[in-house]
Amino acid sequence: MSNHPFSHLDALESEAIHIMREVAAECANPVLLFSGGKDSIVLLRLAEKAFRPGRFPFPLMHIDTEHNFPEVIAFRDHRVKELGERLIVRSMEDSIKKGRVVLRSETQSRNAFQSVTLLDAIAEFKFDACIGGARRDEEKARAKERIFSFRDEFGQWDPKNQRPELWDIYNTRTHPGENIRVFPISNWTELDVWEYIAREKLEVPEIYFAHTREVIRRAAGLLPVSHLVQPQAGEKVERIVVRFRTVGDMSCTCPVESDAATVEEIIAETAMTRITERGATRMDDQTSEASMELRKKEGYF
Amino acid sequence: MSAIEKISLDQTGLLRFITAGSVDDGKSTLIGRLLHDSKSIFEDQLTSITNTTRKRGAEGVDLSLLTDGLQAEREQGITIDVAYRYFATPKRKFIIADTPGHEQYTRNMVTGASTANLAIILIDARKGVLTQSRRHAYLASLVGIPHLVVAVNKMDLVDYSRAVFEKICSDFSAFAEKLNLRNIAYIPMSALNGDMVVERGDHLNWYQGATLMDLLETVSIEDDINREDFRFPVQWVCRPQTKELHDFRGYMGRIESGSVRTGDAVTVLPSGLSSRIKEILVYEGPVDEAFAPQSVTLTIEDHLDISRGDMLVKIGDTPQVTKAFDAMLCWLSEQPPDLNRKYLIKQTARVVKSVISRIDYRVDVNTMAQEAVNALKMNDIAHVGLKVQLPLVCDDYAGNRATGCFIIIDESSNNTVAAGMILPAEGSA
Repeated sequence: MSNHPFSHLDALESEAIHIMREVAAECANPVLLFSGGKDSIVLLRLAEKAFRPGRFPFPLMHIDTEHNFPEVIAFRDHRVKELGERLIVRSMEDSIKKGRVVLRSETQSRNAFQSVTLLDAIAEFKFDACIGGARRDEEKARAKERIFSFRDEFGQWDPKNQRPELWDIYNTRTHPGENIRVFPISNWTELDVWEYIAREKLEVPEIYFAHTREVIRRAAGLLPVSHLVQPQAGEKVERIVVRFRTVGDMSCTCPVESDAATVEEIIAETAMTRITERGATRMDDQTSEASMELRKKEGYF
Repeated sequence: MSAIEKISLDQTGLLRFITAGSVDDGKSTLIGRLLHDSKSIFEDQLTSITNTTRKRGAEGVDLSLLTDGLQAEREQGITIDVAYRYFATPKRKFIIADTPGHEQYTRNMVTGASTANLAIILIDARKGVLTQSRRHAYLASLVGIPHLVVAVNKMDLVDYSRAVFEKICSDFSAFAEKLNLRNIAYIPMSALNGDMVVERGDHLNWYQGATLMDLLETVSIEDDINREDFRFPVQWVCRPQTKELHDFRGYMGRIESGSVRTGDAVTVLPSGLSSRIKEILVYEGPVDEAFAPQSVTLTIEDHLDISRGDMLVKIGDTPQVTKAFDAMLCWLSEQPPDLNRKYLIKQTARVVKSVISRIDYRVDVNTMAQEAVNALKMNDIAHVGLKVQLPLVCDDYAGNRATGCFIIIDESSNNTVAAGMILPAEGSA
């Protein structure tokens, strides 16, 4: 037995567990959004810490764009099986078939349309709270969002009319049809997430680690070659060593050049990096300065 | 042999602070300086704010844009709410609650301050202690922020004059004495030039104290939480009812103050029934001792009826169990309070119906004068009496922040309409 101080990770962890228990106790029908990405992997460990030896008092749900990296989907299913919890998958393909989502092309980024499928699923299951892995350090609209972020019956976020959030007393009340997005790791940074993954020895999908991949250079970033992304005239396919800092829609999630092959090396790299996570990896967030704010107002996570 | 390390009380890890002041005092420059000199500004953020600065027809990099989040704000050139910023040094992680300084100030500052260990009150060296400095100090004392830093900024504009600094210190401390504010540090600085923020600079050699960053990194926050009185509100009762754990009943929650050991004799409130702690469980296994602010699961020796909202405390160290109490309220809603209506109070894990039975007086946050009023407006601070339908288990806020705070919710709109701080009961010490 050795002494260690109550670290910032201990403080963040205890805060997140407290938040999850509040959701479980006060919301009638919550769900935890699990994508197989690192932030939601951390959420699952926090849920284990909050509720074991009991079962999770909510199901897990993945909004599948069907533009996912196959490694991530395999990881998702493996992790859910290991936990023995229930996973709901709702696919954007269903929303497209129903005519709820109309895409200009098969290869267009689907990140923005996830909101439609998510809102449909919320209505289908009558969820009143969705626990998600968003963090305030990701983006400046997020920096102003509450931990319990209230959405009206159209799923919209009204940044000017947020409920004041004081101490750690959370107002979880909703009228029928409304819901709350809850972000237990609001106060975590990308580095905190990786340090926690290391401390808890959590498994993450392989694509977070350095590997050789075919990419093309487009705009300011690298794009992974896949059935969705093919070289256009004048573009050259290169094989280089990269890793992903986020996992999302394959058509717009950019890897970064990196040879970090272990969690420890990723931590070292994250501590040194000079580019934000979304700046480096999400083409859809670069479209306009207010991209995330606009998407959130439409019901995005 | 379990893999669990014993966690010590030494809370060095995470400091939450708030900056109080307006843009004119150099608040954004100060935050920008802290982020910049601790290398927490990313290149793409710098590029983005450089572009925006240029788009607005200015030159250089306006660091205030870093703390300027939403499209709605950019269009109107205002800051509408509390924003949270993060940075780290090798010694500590920091969370800044950045609150704007316009007319919604009270509401925003109280919100940001409610979770803060420390407040930085910015004073413009040329202007000295102003009405707004007194307002910031009053709100810091009201919300019970344990540590205060008076940052006397823009020292470069008063020739780094020691006399100017000392005059401001003595003006502020004369005022602070009346407010029961402890742990005040005074630092002369120039956020623009970086003097005494992270680096000492060359201009303030007469000042022997810590730089702002030194202070943020080393201030002891261990005693910011009440370490004496064990308070454990039950958030969730875990009953797996599986074959192996058929009779398991775990009481899940966060220790709000004090500490607990296995074998401790405890009382359950409000019922008053007693038992002993059988096990303290964390995910990794059982531990002998746990302390605030850990989230744990407790089991007890006896089979008692305990549900969410009940509180476990140690025998002989009990809080108030009360259906009527006085409190300081900060009214947060545009709708004034209605003394004929019922509101919900949420305090720890309890939600109860309540009425505001009296409004004794309103405090003018600029002069601290008490004024008799019949109604309250948004941003008002008031001394009130409250009655609740079911008893609250609580401490006075000054003695225990975690069990002395509450929010008021309007049941029809579901909005949070007030923040409250419980005052000591009549006749108690």
